[in-house]
Amino acid sequence: MFMPDNSVNRPRTLATGAALLVAGIALTAFGWSTPALVLAVKALLFLLGLAVTYQGLSRLLLGIRGKRTDLLFNLAMIWLVGIVLAAILAPVLPLGEHNNVAATLYEPINMSPQLLTDHPLGTNNQGLDLLSRSIYGARTSLVISLLAIAIGTVVGGSIGVIAGYFRKGTDSIIGIFTNALLAVPPLILLIALSTFLTPSTRNLAFALSLLSIPGMVRLARANTIAFAQREFVMAARLMGATRFRIMLRELVPNVVLPVFSMAVVMISVLIVAEASLSFLGLGIQQPDPTWGNMVAEGEGGAMEDYPHIVLVPGTFLFLTVFAFNLLGEKAQQRWDTRSAKL
Amino acid sequence: MRRFLLRGGELLAVLFVVSFGVFAMITLMPGDPAVSILGEGHPPEAYAELRQELGLNDPLLSRYWDWLSGAVTGDLGNSLVPPQSDVVDRILGAFPVSLQLAVMGLVLALLLAVPLAMWSASHAGGAVDRIISASMFATLSVPSFLAGLILIMVFANGLGWFPRAQWVRLGEDPIGNLHHALLPAFVIALTELALFTRILRNDLITTLNEDYILAARAKGMPPWRIMVTDALRPSSFSLVTLMGLSLGRLIGSTVIVEYLFALPGMGSMIITAANQGDFPLVQGAVLVIAIAYVAINATIDASYGYLDPRTRRVHA
Repeated sequence: MFMPDNSVNRPRTLATGAALLVAGIALTAFGWSTPALVLAVKALLFLLGLAVTYQGLSRLLLGIRGKRTDLLFNLAMIWLVGIVLAAILAPVLPLGEHNNVAATLYEPINMSPQLLTDHPLGTNNQGLDLLSRSIYGARTSLVISLLAIAIGTVVGGSIGVIAGYFRKGTDSIIGIFTNALLAVPPLILLIALSTFLTPSTRNLAFALSLLSIPGMVRLARANTIAFAQREFVMAARLMGATRFRIMLRELVPNVVLPVFSMAVVMISVLIVAEASLSFLGLGIQQPDPTWGNMVAEGEGGAMEDYPHIVLVPGTFLFLTVFAFNLLGEKAQQRWDTRSAKL
Repeated sequence: MRRFLLRGGELLAVLFVVSFGVFAMITLMPGDPAVSILGEGHPPEAYAELRQELGLNDPLLSRYWDWLSGAVTGDLGNSLVPPQSDVVDRILGAFPVSLQLAVMGLVLALLLAVPLAMWSASHAGGAVDRIISASMFATLSVPSFLAGLILIMVFANGLGWFPRAQWVRLGEDPIGNLHHALLPAFVIALTELALFTRILRNDLITTLNEDYILAARAKGMPPWRIMVTDALRPSSFSLVTLMGLSLGRLIGSTVIVEYLFALPGMGSMIITAANQGDFPLVQGAVLVIAIAYVAINATIDASYGYLDPRTRRVHA
């Protein structure tokens, strides 16, 4: 991003902002609704419109507030809060049918998105509502990833602190097991696990947590080693604190922040991993929706005629991963300056 | 030399743990492999015979030993699903396809990332730089299966520029092979491209602020030459580290892409095998991939010393 210009020409910024905003919204709406053009061109116009709208909005904000705001980050957080709320409240929201095929016998199938109808984001080939399925998909996806990251952080973090504090034999043995987990590429590990785990929410969370553990162990270990040589640890030891107490009261509070920022970064990785597994047919099974298996519905010809079947869940997935990536970047810049660069 | 031996011993220990983990998968399988081969309603004699033949009656450790000694001599057993072919043959047939895709993806990513990063870094803060940075950050958030489907939708089905669901072996028709591999390789390259461009751009900007670059500029060297001869090599250290780290993801995207484009590589093989519960094939493939992965990572570790002499003595 470029350096903030101290002297903001307020009326001019406001004017260009408003003009860009209007043009952008017009372009977006045109791209969305025009029937005349090919899909690729429509999508291009739509995206261009969004970009122009964004520029207009950020200029307007600059003009009104007189200083720069990180609009993109705010929008991303609004999306995250929105999707989490929607996922939590999904059962009580007035949504269409998400997995019961028997209830949708009379619904239109493969309906394109039309914002002001019963199915604002369209339906799939069984008449199930895509908005509802996307939100229930968010529910599954978020529950699995957050559960996995929680397990990974607690287990991996503790093992890392233990390895970093005791060093020597403990460290070597833990190192060998960590490296063994790292020696199998993540997706291959998941596929191998899926040969014997039945794909339930709990099992998937467990499998995904195995992906996050090695990284957590390494990070917690490296930080523990750095902190264990500091004076306050020495002081605690001289005062006769037990090893357990030193780890819990002196080391863990210092290791928590970098580990936590890594956890935020890992969430999006785990969401993608879960989606990929479901896309391959090895994760959550139909008719229960996840973003991955919804995208997979578009395979084998359906997406040529009905691109929205891929694009709707794909957009949900993209926006969520994007928002988590942005959040992770912020978290690392703030709490873990060492690994922020890589 | 001692360091070298220690490192080698560690690698062996890791591979040992991996192979045991991979092998122990069978015992965790739901149901009985013998039943899944014979199907329901089999005669009890055939069942007993097959269990004996598969060695399912022996204790786990002795079965592991048999499997491992087989694996060392290049025998990973037979696949369970008809045609019950030799696992090693299947892997030898599939491995080159995956290797080619992964290497092409990596090369493509580097070929695109280096100029993009150089352009971005030399116009840091400008409009082009911001557009490149923003689109790279966005690309990072597109899972490869989604990018693949959309690219197939546009380039293979819409415009018809590339074939889909076909494969021509490199030996048979090199040009046709490239044509078939280009779109899949590009999908694999996308995420890596975004990461490489980001990291190289940042490092280049740091390097460009160094005094010796100023000196070169003062001598009147053209900017592109400063970029290529002076700035690129010292800035590529993080890039190489990142290439090592991205290897796992690269293999993952290769698996997805093979599935998407129906290419006969390790990925499609392992997914089909996992779906059919064909565990000898899954085990063999995972073992081979893990060995390749560990070996490449060790090589990358060793190459740091060459790239950056400062790391030759002091190891982190």
